[in-house]
Amino acid sequence: MLTLTCPYCGLQADETELHGGGEAHLTRFGPDSSDDEFEAYLFLRQNPRGVHAERWRHVYGCGKWFHALRDTTTLQVFGTYPAQTLTPPADLLKAAGVEPAA
Amino acid sequence: MPDLLETPETTVTDLPPGGMILLRGSLADAAFAEVLTGCGISVPGTRQIVPCTVGQVGWMSPDELLVFCEATASADLALRLDAALSGQHALVLRVDDMRARFRIAGPGARVALAKLCPVDMARIAPAELRRTRLAQIPAAFWTENGADFDLVCFRSVAGYARNVLTRAARHTQGIVLP
Repeated sequence: MLTLTCPYCGLQADETELHGGGEAHLTRFGPDSSDDEFEAYLFLRQNPRGVHAERWRHVYGCGKWFHALRDTTTLQVFGTYPAQTLTPPADLLKAAGVEPAA
Repeated sequence: MPDLLETPETTVTDLPPGGMILLRGSLADAAFAEVLTGCGISVPGTRQIVPCTVGQVGWMSPDELLVFCEATASADLALRLDAALSGQHALVLRVDDMRARFRIAGPGARVALAKLCPVDMARIAPAELRRTRLAQIPAAFWTENGADFDLVCFRSVAGYARNVLTRAARHTQGIVLP
């Protein structure tokens, strides 16, 4: 069972209280983008076996979206952080053993 | 023949929902909090429910409060808040009829809720407002005396809530919360 800490209410929320929102930190490609960019934005996801940044919504609680960094193989959760963040925080990436992208 | 395992002392009763007002705005904004204080509403801390001069006010999310007041006072209070908050990025909505309210009372109240909600019920302290999942529906509950719980859920699913709560409250004897 996955348990994530909601950064807004500080609760350790059970997976059944949450709703998954897929891969986090996508760059939106809108009307002026090329077809390839638009396709990649809409459909192409990393789906890694390992460290993954995801969007989650505390749907039965405060209703807010947040991000979580976790390992999809071991289910280890490195941490959660607010949705108003463009990249995973450096300390969480360090805990996950991932080099921050330059 | 009576069922020996039944613990009828844990009861689920319908309460009149009373007046409820939904308030949205940035709780971190000092101007917003100042207006609320002027209308007799204190701003509770994260996940808290606190008494105030109009009744009680609960923290729903970082930008949402739910005010519980007398049913007869809510229309007036909503108008007063709306006028006081004019010009601010805020929302006042009278939601008296939106939610149903239950009281789960008796020694098995915590166990009954623990059966239905993914919540560490042994740690729920008075003045905490816990929004969570009650079986298949969203609900929020709190306790004032540490033993009896008040619960609100959407009125459209009140029948479901009543059924699952009553069923869960039936057998609570001998179950010890971790």
